[in-house]
Amino acid sequence: MNWHEGPHLERLAGRVVSLAREAGATDSECTISEGSEFSATVRMGEVEQVKEAGSRGAGVRVLFGQRTGSSYTSDLTDDGLRAMVSQAVNLARITTEDPFAGLPEAADFGAVSHALDLYHGDVEALDAASKVEMARLAEKAALTLDPRVSNSEGGSFGSYLGASAFANSRGFLGSYRASNCSLSVVPVVKDGDAMERDYWYSTARSAAGLEAPELIGRRAAERALRRLNARSLSTRKAPVIFEPRVARSLLSHVFELLHGESVYRRASIWAGKLGERVAGNEVTIIDDSTMPGLFGSSPFDDEGVTSRRNVLIDRGVLKSYLLNTYTARKLGLRSTGSASRGLTGNAGIGHGNLYLASGALKPEELLRRMGTGLFVTELMGHGFNAVTGDYSRGAAGLWIENGEIAYPVSKVTIAGNLKEMLNQVAAIGDDLEFRGSVAAPTVAIGEMTISGQ
Amino acid sequence: MQFRDSFFASKFGISERDLEGWLSEALSRGGGYADLYFEYLATTSISIDESIVKSATQGVSMGVGVRVLAGERTGYAYSDDLSPERIRHAARVAACIAEGPSKTIKEGFLNGERRELYPVLTPPADLPLEERVSLVRRADEAARAYDPRVFMVQAVYADTMKHVLVATSDGRINFDRQPMARLNVLVLAREGENPPQRGYAGGGGRVGFEFFLNEKTPEYFARESARQAIVQLDAVDAPAGELTVVLAPGWPGVLLHEAVGHGLEADFNRKGTSAYSNRVGQRVASNLVTVVDDGTMHSRRGSLNMDDEGNLTHRNVLIESGILRGYLQDRLSGAIMGATPTGNGRRESYQHVPMPRMTNTFMLAGESDPEEIVRSVKNGLYCATFGGGQVDITSGNFVFDATESYLIEDGKLTRPVRGATLIGNGPEAMQRVTMVGNDLALDEGIGICGKDGQSVPVGVGIPTVRLDGITVGGTAR
Repeated sequence: MNWHEGPHLERLAGRVVSLAREAGATDSECTISEGSEFSATVRMGEVEQVKEAGSRGAGVRVLFGQRTGSSYTSDLTDDGLRAMVSQAVNLARITTEDPFAGLPEAADFGAVSHALDLYHGDVEALDAASKVEMARLAEKAALTLDPRVSNSEGGSFGSYLGASAFANSRGFLGSYRASNCSLSVVPVVKDGDAMERDYWYSTARSAAGLEAPELIGRRAAERALRRLNARSLSTRKAPVIFEPRVARSLLSHVFELLHGESVYRRASIWAGKLGERVAGNEVTIIDDSTMPGLFGSSPFDDEGVTSRRNVLIDRGVLKSYLLNTYTARKLGLRSTGSASRGLTGNAGIGHGNLYLASGALKPEELLRRMGTGLFVTELMGHGFNAVTGDYSRGAAGLWIENGEIAYPVSKVTIAGNLKEMLNQVAAIGDDLEFRGSVAAPTVAIGEMTISGQ
Repeated sequence: MQFRDSFFASKFGISERDLEGWLSEALSRGGGYADLYFEYLATTSISIDESIVKSATQGVSMGVGVRVLAGERTGYAYSDDLSPERIRHAARVAACIAEGPSKTIKEGFLNGERRELYPVLTPPADLPLEERVSLVRRADEAARAYDPRVFMVQAVYADTMKHVLVATSDGRINFDRQPMARLNVLVLAREGENPPQRGYAGGGGRVGFEFFLNEKTPEYFARESARQAIVQLDAVDAPAGELTVVLAPGWPGVLLHEAVGHGLEADFNRKGTSAYSNRVGQRVASNLVTVVDDGTMHSRRGSLNMDDEGNLTHRNVLIESGILRGYLQDRLSGAIMGATPTGNGRRESYQHVPMPRMTNTFMLAGESDPEEIVRSVKNGLYCATFGGGQVDITSGNFVFDATESYLIEDGKLTRPVRGATLIGNGPEAMQRVTMVGNDLALDEGIGICGKDGQSVPVGVGIPTVRLDGITVGGTAR
């Protein structure tokens, strides 16, 4: 498959929009994307799996006045596109007039003008043997670190190259392509009857941007080793610090709370709270889709609205929700350029690079200041309720005494309410880094209920 | 039905000779085995929100996955274009996993045994859209009518029809038609200035539209969802610490899925990375516990006439009276471990490599009277409804989220408590099962299981069960 087909995809998207117009649609929008994936896993030094393929698809949404219908297909022949459009037209018959439905205002259309650096040729240029070799080296680094690293779920390399185009009946037409690659290792460690696993990984838009395989393997093994012979805790209240890998989950919860649909349905504790204090002074949360080279960046959102940087929480004060055109209209606000959709359906809401701004302290300093408490390195389950803020999740990590690691902990839960957790954030580390579109530094949360034996 | 009358033969003109040609291409560089998985998936989804039918979507996706096995190695490629040249190209890419002289494949195919576990009276393609709209409208009205404190209702009806065809280099061919339908209702209720509470219910299975008219109506799911939200309005903080827990029958079987099922998938066990590795024949649960994975149940969400490798599904006993009996196998792990296929090779779609997965996983009924089980607990927690769960198969630690539970005080259910996560260790927790009810129930048909980025529909079930000692993650001491 050929990865330089932006203009070709744009032509197809434009074709779909004109087919919809011919069918009598008042308005329409079309997304077309194509991509190719590669993945290789090496386990215990042997190639275990290699996968390679490409796929493409198109989706359309039509409006007849304020009724909508949508459909998708993987058949991009002219017959396939015609069938897709007539299906969507047929579906619009059975939906209800929705006074808030419609395309964005013309003034909102556009694309980021600076280079976003989303595509790197070195990913496409890398041959399969080199990719397999990187997975092998990463796993080897884990397996040779310590004799207790006796097993593995493997080292994996993955890459993706994609292009997408978007067109609508108000004249917007745009496309872009992107590349990414990742390298990860899952070692299994054993000591007597105790067995644990952990993982580490690196992701980048360019092959050159990946961390060295040896570093990834070593980090993964160190993480697994430090979990061995973990204890539970007696039930207690204690301060809790989240390491960056788990602190990111707090931002996923914040995303749910700021999600325009939750806000207009009043299914978020932050509905109606714009301008109010919702977190401690230390907390500034930003969603920025315009940062070059990062995973959450794009020139425009999935409705063709120009991507932007949104300050969501500024030193504890709620400044903005995340809105697409529909939810913005429902709330009497303006789109934040946060529309997100797959190939079909009405546009949902997504985030760009969503992050908690760095503080000034080294992570070790956070542990020292906490003195005694739980340093959380893993969370399990889905125990967060955006309607009430109730928070209860399985946890594992390290018990800290006098600022030093005392012993590993597992099989406990931590619980509280996110409202209080964010208000009590005591300090934030200086170690922000992006390993995906959501990022956070180390965060000291304050006291939570730890439930154990 | 013969292959020549099957969906892919008639719609795409695929012949047995074509299949042989592509399989030969897949083994053109050696390799011990190859298979082709063709899939055609048609979906419809209708949703109502604020009593407005805001979204209606249909679509079709199709493709073929080509797999080549060479010892323990897997090569995989797929194409969403079913033209002969694209399929041949995918076969050539998958073939690269092997390095050697080409293999010849067996000529001619043997048609696999066929079953009909999910006959559907009205195929989705013949169902007028208006009929589907009426289901979500009925759900919306019933939830709002349940209680004036209900202020937000969303309902979604989705159905799919999947046609699949599996052809293998050892001369087997099998195909299936796999319907699925599901109706979900989400409700928010509020009283005064207190924060709102949510309820969520839904169900379905490998059923036709008739199921929602005759067996489980939109009103049934809507009222259940509204009931949960209203109950939560009075909830107090959940307790923290290790407690005796009683699980209600049905969906709380998600406990087995996490605590037992994943750890018994053969891929983890042949690699020795599961807490249950090398433990067949050993005690891993109390003698009251017998756990079964059964892909052959009529019309259930986790059921399959054949698995995604073309093998018939089975009723597999995993744990019998507390003793571990066997693992869930797919072709690759079964061949390496020398085990017979159990019909558990599943995949999300043609874009995915099959692996061992659960179907419908449940605990057999015991002898205790459910009311007696609750009466036997002085201080504990009764868990009526769960969200989902997660497991670390290596340590065996698992969690599940109790979304509707009640305190048990002096043998009686008293106050509802707020949602809380429960955490335990699989083999440890199953040894602590001290009473098993005579009231086995299966879930309503909403389970989705994720593994390695692949989602597949599953079922769970359990009778009322008493577990002596599991950590409850609330905030009240």
